[in-house]
Amino acid sequence: MSPLSVSLRDVSVKRRGKTILGPIDLDLGESGFTVVLGPNGAGKTTLLKVLHGVERVSGGTVQWSAPADAAQQAQAYVFQRPIMLRRSVRNNLAYPLQLRGTSKAEIAREVSLWAARVGLMDVLDQPAPRLSGGEKQKLALARALIRQPSVLFLDEPCANLDGRSTREIEAVLRAAHDSGTRIIMTTHDLGQARRLGSDVVFLLNGALHEQGPATQVFAQPAQPETKAFLDGDIVD
Amino acid sequence: MNDIWAGILAAFQLIVSLDADLVEITLRSLQVSLSALVIASLMALPLGTWLAIRRFRFRRAAIATLNALMGLPPVVVGLIVYLLLSRSGPFGVLGLLFTPTAMIIAQVIIITPLIASITHQAMRELWAEYHDLLISLNTSQRQRVATLIWDGRRALLTGALAGFGRAIGEVGAIMIVGGNIDNATRVLTTAIALETGKGDFALALGLGFILIALALMVNFAIHTLSRTERHGTW
Ligand SMILES: Nc1ncnc2c1ncn2[C@@H]1O[C@H](COP(=O)(O)OP(=O)(O)O)[C@@H](O)[C@H]1O
Ligand SMILES: [Mg+2]
Repeated sequence: MSPLSVSLRDVSVKRRGKTILGPIDLDLGESGFTVVLGPNGAGKTTLLKVLHGVERVSGGTVQWSAPADAAQQAQAYVFQRPIMLRRSVRNNLAYPLQLRGTSKAEIAREVSLWAARVGLMDVLDQPAPRLSGGEKQKLALARALIRQPSVLFLDEPCANLDGRSTREIEAVLRAAHDSGTRIIMTTHDLGQARRLGSDVVFLLNGALHEQGPATQVFAQPAQPETKAFLDGDIVD
Repeated sequence: MNDIWAGILAAFQLIVSLDADLVEITLRSLQVSLSALVIASLMALPLGTWLAIRRFRFRRAAIATLNALMGLPPVVVGLIVYLLLSRSGPFGVLGLLFTPTAMIIAQVIIITPLIASITHQAMRELWAEYHDLLISLNTSQRQRVATLIWDGRRALLTGALAGFGRAIGEVGAIMIVGGNIDNATRVLTTAIALETGKGDFALALGLGFILIALALMVNFAIHTLSRTERHGTW
Protein backbone atom coordinates (compact mmCIF):
# COMPACT_ATOMS: atom_id res chain seq x y z
CA MET A 1 0.00 0.00 0.00
CA SER A 2 1.42 3.33 -1.01
CA PRO A 3 1.60 6.07 1.62
CA LEU A 4 -1.01 8.80 1.64
CA SER A 5 -1.13 12.33 2.96
CA VAL A 6 -4.12 14.62 3.33
CA SER A 7 -4.84 18.34 3.45
CA LEU A 8 -7.94 20.00 4.84
CA ARG A 9 -8.58 23.53 3.64
CA ASP A 10 -11.20 25.66 5.33
CA VAL A 11 -13.27 22.58 6.16
CA SER A 12 -16.39 23.03 8.24
CA VAL A 13 -19.26 20.76 9.24
CA LYS A 14 -22.64 22.19 10.14
CA ARG A 15 -25.53 20.21 11.59
CA ARG A 16 -28.92 21.77 12.21
CA GLY A 17 -27.52 25.22 11.62
CA LYS A 18 -24.80 24.75 14.23
CA THR A 19 -21.12 24.52 13.32
CA ILE A 20 -19.78 21.39 14.98
CA LEU A 21 -16.38 21.46 13.30
CA GLY A 22 -14.15 24.11 11.77
CA PRO A 23 -13.38 25.98 9.75
CA ILE A 24 -10.20 23.92 9.92
CA ASP A 25 -6.91 23.85 8.00
CA LEU A 26 -4.92 20.73 8.71
CA ASP A 27 -2.12 18.79 7.00
CA LEU A 28 -1.34 15.21 7.92
CA GLY A 29 1.81 13.69 6.41
CA GLU A 30 2.44 10.23 5.01
CA SER A 31 3.69 8.68 8.23
CA GLY A 32 3.28 8.99 11.96
CA PHE A 33 0.92 8.19 14.78
CA THR A 34 -1.38 11.17 15.27
CA VAL A 35 -3.46 11.36 18.42
CA VAL A 36 -6.50 13.63 18.33
CA LEU A 37 -7.26 15.01 21.79
CA GLY A 38 -9.98 17.21 23.20
CA PRO A 39 -12.89 17.22 25.60
CA ASN A 40 -16.20 15.46 24.90
CA GLY A 41 -18.03 17.05 22.01
CA ALA A 42 -14.90 18.84 20.73
CA GLY A 43 -15.42 17.31 17.28
CA LYS A 44 -12.87 14.47 17.34
CA THR A 45 -15.19 11.87 15.87
CA THR A 46 -16.46 14.34 13.30
CA LEU A 47 -12.90 15.17 12.23
CA LEU A 48 -12.00 11.48 11.79
CA LYS A 49 -15.12 10.83 9.74
CA VAL A 50 -14.45 13.88 7.57
CA LEU A 51 -10.92 12.66 6.90
CA HIS A 52 -12.24 9.19 6.05
CA GLY A 53 -14.82 10.69 3.73
CA VAL A 54 -17.91 9.35 5.46
CA GLU A 55 -19.10 12.67 6.93
CA ARG A 56 -20.56 15.32 4.65
CA VAL A 57 -18.68 18.61 4.87
CA SER A 58 -20.55 21.89 4.66
CA GLY A 59 -17.62 23.80 3.20
CA GLY A 60 -13.95 23.54 2.25
CA THR A 61 -11.98 20.73 0.67
CA VAL A 62 -10.48 17.43 1.81
CA GLN A 63 -7.64 16.54 -0.53
CA TRP A 64 -5.90 13.16 -0.35
CA SER A 65 -2.68 12.53 -2.26
CA ALA A 66 -4.59 9.96 -4.35
CA PRO A 67 -7.93 9.95 -6.16
CA ALA A 68 -10.83 9.85 -3.67
CA ASP A 69 -11.89 6.28 -4.42
CA ALA A 70 -8.38 4.84 -4.27
CA ALA A 71 -7.71 6.83 -1.11
CA GLN A 72 -10.75 5.42 0.65
CA GLN A 73 -9.91 1.87 -0.45
CA ALA A 74 -6.53 2.32 1.23
CA GLN A 75 -8.07 3.38 4.54
CA ALA A 76 -9.63 1.46 7.39
CA TYR A 77 -11.75 2.82 10.22
CA VAL A 78 -12.45 1.35 13.64
CA PHE A 79 -15.62 2.90 15.06
CA GLN A 80 -15.98 3.95 18.67
CA ARG A 81 -18.64 1.28 19.17
CA PRO A 82 -17.33 -1.78 17.34
CA ILE A 83 -19.74 -2.94 14.63
CA MET A 84 -20.03 -6.71 14.62
CA LEU A 85 -21.48 -8.46 11.60
CA ARG A 86 -23.95 -11.14 12.74
CA ARG A 87 -21.57 -13.89 11.70
CA SER A 88 -18.78 -15.91 13.24
CA VAL A 89 -15.52 -14.21 14.20
CA ARG A 90 -13.90 -16.03 11.28
CA ASN A 91 -16.42 -14.64 8.80
CA ASN A 92 -16.12 -11.14 10.23
CA LEU A 93 -12.39 -11.25 9.56
CA ALA A 94 -12.91 -12.73 6.11
CA TYR A 95 -15.52 -10.15 5.09
CA PRO A 96 -13.31 -7.26 3.86
CA LEU A 97 -11.24 -9.72 1.83
CA GLN A 98 -14.33 -11.34 0.34
CA LEU A 99 -15.47 -7.90 -0.82
CA ARG A 100 -12.22 -7.63 -2.73
CA GLY A 101 -12.57 -11.06 -4.29
CA THR A 102 -9.52 -12.51 -2.55
CA SER A 103 -9.08 -16.27 -3.07
CA LYS A 104 -10.40 -18.67 -0.41
CA ALA A 105 -6.96 -20.07 0.38
CA GLU A 106 -5.50 -16.60 0.83
CA ILE A 107 -8.44 -15.57 3.03
CA ALA A 108 -7.99 -18.63 5.27
CA ARG A 109 -4.30 -17.82 5.68
CA GLU A 110 -4.89 -14.16 6.51
CA VAL A 111 -7.73 -14.93 8.91
CA SER A 112 -5.56 -17.34 10.92
CA LEU A 113 -2.69 -14.90 10.91
CA TRP A 114 -4.74 -11.99 12.23
CA ALA A 115 -6.74 -14.05 14.69
CA ALA A 116 -3.44 -15.18 16.18
CA ARG A 117 -2.05 -11.64 16.29
CA VAL A 118 -4.97 -10.30 18.30
CA GLY A 119 -5.49 -13.47 20.34
CA LEU A 120 -8.86 -14.57 18.97
CA MET A 121 -7.84 -18.07 17.81
CA ASP A 122 -9.99 -19.76 20.45
CA VAL A 123 -13.19 -17.96 19.52
CA LEU A 124 -12.91 -18.09 15.72
CA ASP A 125 -16.14 -20.03 15.33
CA GLN A 126 -18.19 -18.13 17.86
CA PRO A 127 -20.78 -15.57 16.73
CA ALA A 128 -19.09 -12.16 16.87
CA PRO A 129 -22.03 -10.37 18.58
CA ARG A 130 -21.51 -12.59 21.63
CA LEU A 131 -17.87 -11.62 22.25
CA SER A 132 -16.84 -9.56 25.28
CA GLY A 133 -16.18 -5.84 24.85
CA GLY A 134 -12.43 -6.33 24.67
CA GLU A 135 -12.72 -9.18 22.16
CA LYS A 136 -15.03 -7.09 19.99
CA GLN A 137 -12.50 -4.26 19.90
CA LYS A 138 -9.74 -6.68 18.98
CA LEU A 139 -11.87 -8.18 16.24
CA ALA A 140 -12.77 -4.74 14.84
CA LEU A 141 -9.07 -3.84 14.86
CA ALA A 142 -8.00 -7.06 13.16
CA ARG A 143 -10.80 -6.73 10.60
CA ALA A 144 -9.47 -3.24 9.81
CA LEU A 145 -5.82 -4.31 9.60
CA ILE A 146 -6.51 -7.40 7.48
CA ARG A 147 -7.13 -4.98 4.59
CA GLN A 148 -3.53 -3.81 4.98
CA PRO A 149 -4.56 -0.16 4.98
CA SER A 150 -2.13 2.67 4.36
CA VAL A 151 -4.08 4.75 6.84
CA LEU A 152 -5.87 3.46 9.93
CA PHE A 153 -8.43 5.56 11.82
CA LEU A 154 -9.28 4.61 15.39
CA ASP A 155 -11.99 6.29 17.44
CA GLU A 156 -11.25 5.67 21.12
CA PRO A 157 -10.27 2.04 20.56
CA CYS A 158 -9.73 1.35 24.26
CA ALA A 159 -12.70 3.12 25.81
CA ASN A 160 -14.27 0.85 28.45
CA LEU A 161 -11.48 -1.73 28.27
CA ASP A 162 -9.49 -3.04 31.19
CA GLY A 163 -5.72 -2.53 31.46
CA ARG A 164 -4.84 -5.90 30.02
CA SER A 165 -6.96 -5.57 26.87
CA THR A 166 -5.68 -2.01 26.45
CA ARG A 167 -2.06 -3.20 26.55
CA GLU A 168 -2.81 -5.97 24.02
CA ILE A 169 -4.44 -3.52 21.64
CA GLU A 170 -1.60 -1.01 22.04
CA ALA A 171 0.90 -3.74 21.14
CA VAL A 172 -1.00 -4.49 17.93
CA LEU A 173 -1.16 -0.78 17.10
CA ARG A 174 2.58 -0.36 17.68
CA ALA A 175 3.32 -3.32 15.42
CA ALA A 176 1.04 -1.88 12.71
CA HIS A 177 2.71 1.50 13.01
CA ASP A 178 6.19 -0.06 12.88
CA SER A 179 5.27 -1.89 9.69
CA GLY A 180 4.36 1.41 8.05
CA THR A 181 0.66 2.00 8.70
CA ARG A 182 -0.26 5.65 9.16
CA ILE A 183 -2.41 5.89 12.28
CA ILE A 184 -4.84 8.62 13.30
CA MET A 185 -6.48 7.95 16.64
CA THR A 186 -8.68 9.72 19.15
CA THR A 187 -8.36 8.85 22.81
CA HIS A 188 -9.45 9.98 26.22
CA ASP A 189 -6.50 8.25 27.80
CA LEU A 190 -3.67 10.77 28.09
CA GLY A 191 -1.28 8.02 29.20
CA GLN A 192 -2.06 6.16 26.01
CA ALA A 193 -1.60 9.33 23.97
CA ARG A 194 1.88 9.78 25.47
CA ARG A 195 2.79 6.12 24.96
CA LEU A 196 1.74 5.94 21.33
CA GLY A 197 1.53 9.38 19.75
CA SER A 198 4.16 10.87 17.50
CA ASP A 199 2.16 14.06 17.04
CA VAL A 200 -0.89 15.66 18.59
CA VAL A 201 -3.94 17.45 17.25
CA PHE A 202 -5.86 19.25 20.00
CA LEU A 203 -9.47 20.19 19.28
CA LEU A 204 -11.62 22.53 21.32
CA ASN A 205 -15.22 23.44 20.48
CA GLY A 206 -14.81 22.22 16.93
CA ALA A 207 -11.71 24.30 16.31
CA LEU A 208 -8.14 23.14 15.77
CA HIS A 209 -6.54 24.62 18.86
CA GLU A 210 -3.03 23.24 18.70
CA GLN A 211 -0.99 20.84 16.59
CA GLY A 212 2.60 19.67 16.99
CA PRO A 213 5.02 16.85 17.74
CA ALA A 214 3.90 14.83 20.77
CA THR A 215 7.07 15.48 22.78
CA GLN A 216 6.68 19.21 22.33
CA VAL A 217 2.94 19.43 22.97
CA PHE A 218 3.15 17.28 26.08
CA ALA A 219 6.22 19.07 27.49
CA GLN A 220 5.41 22.65 26.49
CA PRO A 221 1.92 23.19 25.12
CA ALA A 222 1.69 26.51 23.30
CA GLN A 223 -1.88 27.25 24.35
CA PRO A 224 -3.10 27.65 27.94
CA GLU A 225 -6.22 25.57 27.20
CA THR A 226 -4.08 22.69 25.95
CA LYS A 227 -1.99 22.86 29.08
CA ALA A 228 -5.10 22.91 31.25
CA PHE A 229 -6.52 19.89 29.39
CA LEU A 230 -3.27 17.95 29.73
CA ASP A 231 -3.17 18.82 33.42
CA GLY A 232 -6.59 17.28 33.79
CA ASP A 233 -8.49 20.51 34.32
CA ILE A 234 -11.93 21.05 32.83
CA VAL A 235 -11.77 23.15 29.68
CA ASP A 236 -14.58 24.43 27.53
CA MET B 1 -71.13 -35.70 21.41
CA ASN B 2 -71.19 -39.12 19.74
CA ASP B 3 -71.12 -37.54 16.33
CA ILE B 4 -67.97 -35.66 17.24
CA TRP B 5 -66.19 -38.71 18.65
CA ALA B 6 -67.15 -40.76 15.65
CA GLY B 7 -65.90 -37.93 13.46
CA ILE B 8 -62.56 -37.76 15.22
CA LEU B 9 -62.10 -41.52 14.94
CA ALA B 10 -63.02 -41.53 11.28
CA ALA B 11 -60.70 -38.58 10.73
CA PHE B 12 -57.76 -40.52 12.14
CA GLN B 13 -58.67 -43.47 9.96
CA LEU B 14 -58.65 -41.23 6.90
CA ILE B 15 -55.25 -39.84 7.82
CA VAL B 16 -53.68 -43.19 8.69
CA SER B 17 -55.03 -44.87 5.56
CA LEU B 18 -53.88 -41.90 3.43
CA ASP B 19 -57.35 -41.39 2.02
CA ALA B 20 -57.13 -40.39 -1.65
CA ASP B 21 -59.33 -37.27 -1.35
CA LEU B 22 -57.53 -36.11 1.72
CA VAL B 23 -54.12 -36.52 0.15
CA GLU B 24 -55.18 -34.82 -3.06
CA ILE B 25 -56.64 -31.82 -1.24
CA THR B 26 -53.61 -31.50 1.03
CA LEU B 27 -51.19 -31.63 -1.88
CA ARG B 28 -53.18 -29.02 -3.79
CA SER B 29 -53.16 -26.73 -0.77
CA LEU B 30 -49.42 -27.07 -0.47
CA GLN B 31 -48.94 -26.55 -4.17
CA VAL B 32 -51.03 -23.37 -4.26
CA SER B 33 -49.63 -21.83 -1.08
CA LEU B 34 -46.00 -22.75 -1.75
CA SER B 35 -46.27 -21.29 -5.26
CA ALA B 36 -47.78 -18.12 -3.81
CA LEU B 37 -45.01 -18.04 -1.20
CA VAL B 38 -42.21 -18.32 -3.77
CA ILE B 39 -43.70 -15.67 -6.04
CA ALA B 40 -44.52 -13.30 -3.17
CA SER B 41 -41.03 -13.74 -1.66
CA LEU B 42 -39.34 -12.98 -4.96
CA MET B 43 -41.11 -9.62 -4.94
CA ALA B 44 -41.31 -8.88 -1.22
CA LEU B 45 -37.74 -9.63 -0.10
CA PRO B 46 -36.03 -7.23 -2.54
CA LEU B 47 -38.82 -4.66 -2.08
CA GLY B 48 -38.56 -4.69 1.72
CA THR B 49 -34.77 -4.50 1.60
CA TRP B 50 -34.85 -1.70 -0.93
CA LEU B 51 -37.31 0.31 1.17
CA ALA B 52 -34.98 -0.10 4.14
CA ILE B 53 -31.76 1.14 2.57
CA ARG B 54 -32.76 3.59 -0.15
CA ARG B 55 -33.81 7.14 0.53
CA PHE B 56 -36.24 8.44 -2.07
CA ARG B 57 -39.01 10.93 -2.28
CA PHE B 58 -42.10 8.82 -1.67
CA ARG B 59 -40.48 6.34 0.69
CA ARG B 60 -42.72 7.12 3.66
CA ALA B 61 -45.80 7.00 1.47
CA ALA B 62 -44.65 3.66 0.06
CA ILE B 63 -44.19 2.20 3.54
CA ALA B 64 -47.57 3.52 4.68
CA THR B 65 -49.18 1.97 1.59
CA LEU B 66 -47.48 -1.32 2.31
CA ASN B 67 -48.78 -1.37 5.87
CA ALA B 68 -52.26 -0.48 4.68
CA LEU B 69 -52.19 -3.29 2.11
CA MET B 70 -51.29 -5.69 4.90
CA GLY B 71 -54.65 -4.99 6.44
CA LEU B 72 -56.66 -5.75 3.28
CA PRO B 73 -59.48 -8.18 4.12
CA PRO B 74 -58.83 -11.37 2.10
CA VAL B 75 -62.47 -11.52 1.05
CA VAL B 76 -62.11 -8.13 -0.62
CA VAL B 77 -58.93 -9.28 -2.34
CA GLY B 78 -60.93 -12.26 -3.57
CA LEU B 79 -63.65 -9.99 -4.86
CA ILE B 80 -61.21 -7.76 -6.71
CA VAL B 81 -59.32 -10.66 -8.27
CA TYR B 82 -62.68 -12.19 -9.22
CA LEU B 83 -63.73 -9.00 -11.00
CA LEU B 84 -60.39 -8.74 -12.79
CA LEU B 85 -60.44 -12.35 -13.95
CA SER B 86 -64.16 -12.76 -14.67
CA ARG B 87 -65.15 -13.17 -18.26
CA SER B 88 -66.18 -9.52 -18.61
CA GLY B 89 -63.17 -8.28 -16.64
CA PRO B 90 -59.91 -6.92 -18.10
CA PHE B 91 -58.12 -10.28 -17.84
CA GLY B 92 -61.16 -12.38 -18.65
CA VAL B 93 -59.69 -13.66 -21.92
CA LEU B 94 -57.02 -15.53 -19.99
CA GLY B 95 -59.69 -17.84 -18.61
CA LEU B 96 -58.03 -18.05 -15.22
CA LEU B 97 -61.07 -17.77 -12.96
CA PHE B 98 -61.74 -20.96 -10.96
CA THR B 99 -58.26 -22.33 -11.56
CA PRO B 100 -55.40 -22.87 -9.07
CA THR B 101 -53.61 -20.00 -10.84
CA ALA B 102 -56.35 -17.60 -9.75
CA MET B 103 -55.96 -18.83 -6.19
CA ILE B 104 -52.20 -18.31 -6.34
CA ILE B 105 -52.73 -14.76 -7.62
CA ALA B 106 -55.08 -13.97 -4.74
CA GLN B 107 -52.71 -15.42 -2.16
CA VAL B 108 -49.75 -13.54 -3.64
CA ILE B 109 -51.69 -10.29 -3.23
CA ILE B 110 -52.57 -11.17 0.35
CA ILE B 111 -49.11 -12.20 1.58
CA THR B 112 -46.72 -9.98 -0.40
CA PRO B 113 -47.36 -6.90 1.78
CA LEU B 114 -46.96 -9.01 4.93
CA ILE B 115 -43.61 -10.48 3.87
CA ALA B 116 -42.39 -7.13 2.54
CA SER B 117 -43.32 -5.39 5.76
CA ILE B 118 -41.56 -7.93 7.99
CA THR B 119 -38.55 -7.78 5.66
CA HIS B 120 -38.51 -3.98 5.77
CA GLN B 121 -38.60 -3.95 9.56
CA ALA B 122 -35.77 -6.47 9.93
CA MET B 123 -33.62 -4.91 7.22
CA ARG B 124 -34.04 -1.43 8.65
CA GLU B 125 -32.67 -2.55 12.00
CA LEU B 126 -29.79 -4.39 10.40
CA TRP B 127 -28.97 -1.50 8.11
CA ALA B 128 -28.86 0.93 11.04
CA GLU B 129 -26.43 -1.44 12.73
CA TYR B 130 -24.21 -2.04 9.67
CA HIS B 131 -24.48 1.33 7.92
CA ASP B 132 -21.21 2.94 9.02
CA LEU B 133 -19.15 -0.20 8.48
CA LEU B 134 -20.51 -0.90 5.00
CA ILE B 135 -19.98 2.72 3.97
CA SER B 136 -16.47 2.71 5.39
CA LEU B 137 -15.60 -0.49 3.50
CA ASN B 138 -16.65 1.21 0.28
CA THR B 139 -19.16 -1.50 -0.57
CA SER B 140 -21.19 -1.37 -3.75
CA GLN B 141 -24.97 -1.26 -3.62
CA ARG B 142 -25.10 -4.93 -4.62
CA GLN B 143 -22.64 -5.94 -1.92
CA ARG B 144 -24.72 -4.09 0.66
CA VAL B 145 -27.96 -5.79 -0.32
CA ALA B 146 -26.24 -9.19 -0.42
CA THR B 147 -24.70 -8.67 3.02
CA LEU B 148 -27.98 -7.54 4.56
CA ILE B 149 -29.98 -10.37 3.03
CA TRP B 150 -27.43 -12.97 4.14
CA ASP B 151 -27.06 -11.68 7.69
CA GLY B 152 -30.80 -11.09 7.94
CA ARG B 153 -31.65 -14.50 6.54
CA ARG B 154 -33.32 -15.77 9.71
CA ALA B 155 -35.61 -12.76 9.94
CA LEU B 156 -36.41 -13.08 6.24
CA LEU B 157 -37.25 -16.76 6.63
CA THR B 158 -39.46 -15.87 9.56
CA GLY B 159 -41.30 -13.38 7.37
CA ALA B 160 -41.70 -15.96 4.62
CA LEU B 161 -43.04 -18.55 7.07
CA ALA B 162 -45.54 -16.05 8.44
CA GLY B 163 -46.65 -15.43 4.86
CA PHE B 164 -47.02 -19.15 4.23
CA GLY B 165 -49.03 -19.56 7.44
CA ARG B 166 -51.39 -16.82 6.34
CA ALA B 167 -51.72 -18.28 2.84
CA ILE B 168 -52.43 -21.88 3.80
CA GLY B 169 -55.04 -20.91 6.39
CA GLU B 170 -56.86 -18.37 4.23
CA VAL B 171 -60.36 -19.25 3.03
CA GLY B 172 -62.35 -16.19 1.91
CA ALA B 173 -60.39 -15.14 -1.17
CA ILE B 174 -59.67 -18.58 -2.61
CA MET B 175 -63.26 -19.64 -2.12
CA ILE B 176 -64.34 -16.75 -4.34
CA VAL B 177 -61.70 -17.04 -7.07
CA GLY B 178 -61.21 -20.82 -6.92
CA GLY B 179 -64.82 -21.84 -6.52
CA ASN B 180 -63.99 -24.91 -4.38
CA ILE B 181 -64.39 -27.23 -7.36
CA ASP B 182 -63.85 -30.92 -6.61
CA ASN B 183 -60.65 -32.31 -8.17
CA ALA B 184 -59.70 -28.86 -9.41
CA THR B 185 -59.60 -26.06 -6.88
CA ARG B 186 -60.62 -27.63 -3.60
CA VAL B 187 -58.04 -26.99 -0.87
CA LEU B 188 -57.87 -27.65 2.89
CA THR B 189 -59.76 -24.60 4.07
CA THR B 190 -62.48 -24.59 1.43
CA ALA B 191 -63.01 -28.34 1.81
CA ILE B 192 -63.40 -27.97 5.58
CA ALA B 193 -65.99 -25.26 5.05
CA LEU B 194 -67.89 -27.43 2.59
CA GLU B 195 -67.76 -30.69 4.56
CA THR B 196 -68.77 -28.95 7.76
CA GLY B 197 -71.74 -27.48 5.95
CA LYS B 198 -72.68 -30.94 4.70
CA GLY B 199 -72.28 -32.41 8.18
CA ASP B 200 -69.45 -34.76 7.14
CA PHE B 201 -67.29 -34.17 10.17
CA ALA B 202 -64.89 -37.01 9.47
CA LEU B 203 -63.32 -35.46 6.40
CA ALA B 204 -63.63 -31.94 7.85
CA LEU B 205 -61.84 -32.93 11.03
CA GLY B 206 -59.20 -34.96 9.18
CA LEU B 207 -58.40 -31.96 6.99
CA GLY B 208 -58.54 -29.75 10.08
CA PHE B 209 -55.93 -31.86 11.85
CA ILE B 210 -53.63 -31.60 8.86
CA LEU B 211 -54.11 -27.83 8.74
CA ILE B 212 -53.36 -27.55 12.44
CA ALA B 213 -50.28 -29.72 12.04
CA LEU B 214 -49.03 -27.48 9.22
CA ALA B 215 -49.68 -24.35 11.27
CA LEU B 216 -47.87 -25.85 14.27
CA MET B 217 -44.92 -26.79 12.10
CA VAL B 218 -44.70 -23.24 10.77
CA ASN B 219 -44.86 -21.77 14.26
CA PHE B 220 -42.31 -24.22 15.56
CA ALA B 221 -39.98 -23.30 12.70
CA ILE B 222 -40.42 -19.56 13.45
CA HIS B 223 -39.73 -20.18 17.12
CA THR B 224 -36.61 -22.23 16.37
CA LEU B 225 -35.38 -19.54 14.00
CA SER B 226 -35.78 -16.79 16.57
CA ARG B 227 -33.78 -18.90 19.00
CA THR B 228 -30.92 -19.53 16.59
CA GLU B 229 -31.02 -15.78 15.84
CA ARG B 230 -29.96 -15.10 19.40
CA HIS B 231 -27.42 -17.88 19.50
CA GLY B 232 -26.26 -17.38 15.95
CA THR B 233 -25.56 -21.03 15.28
CA TRP B 234 -25.93 -20.86 11.51
N1 LIG C 1 -25.47 14.26 13.46
C1 LIG C 1 -25.32 15.27 14.34
N2 LIG C 1 -26.27 16.22 14.46
C2 LIG C 1 -26.13 17.22 15.34
N3 LIG C 1 -25.08 17.39 16.13
C3 LIG C 1 -24.10 16.49 16.08
C4 LIG C 1 -24.15 15.38 15.19
N4 LIG C 1 -23.04 14.62 15.35
C5 LIG C 1 -22.32 15.27 16.30
N5 LIG C 1 -22.93 16.36 16.75
C6 LIG C 1 -22.44 17.32 17.76
O1 LIG C 1 -21.19 17.77 17.28
C7 LIG C 1 -20.29 17.92 18.34
C8 LIG C 1 -19.02 17.15 18.07
O2 LIG C 1 -19.31 15.77 18.12
P1 LIG C 1 -18.17 14.66 18.06
O3 LIG C 1 -17.39 14.86 16.82
O4 LIG C 1 -18.85 13.35 18.24
O5 LIG C 1 -17.28 15.00 19.34
P2 LIG C 1 -16.23 14.10 20.12
O6 LIG C 1 -15.97 12.87 19.33
O7 LIG C 1 -15.01 14.97 20.25
O8 LIG C 1 -16.81 13.79 21.46
C9 LIG C 1 -21.00 17.51 19.59
O9 LIG C 1 -21.47 18.67 20.23
C10 LIG C 1 -22.16 16.69 19.09
O10 LIG C 1 -23.25 16.78 19.96
MG1 LIG D 1 -16.31 10.83 19.75
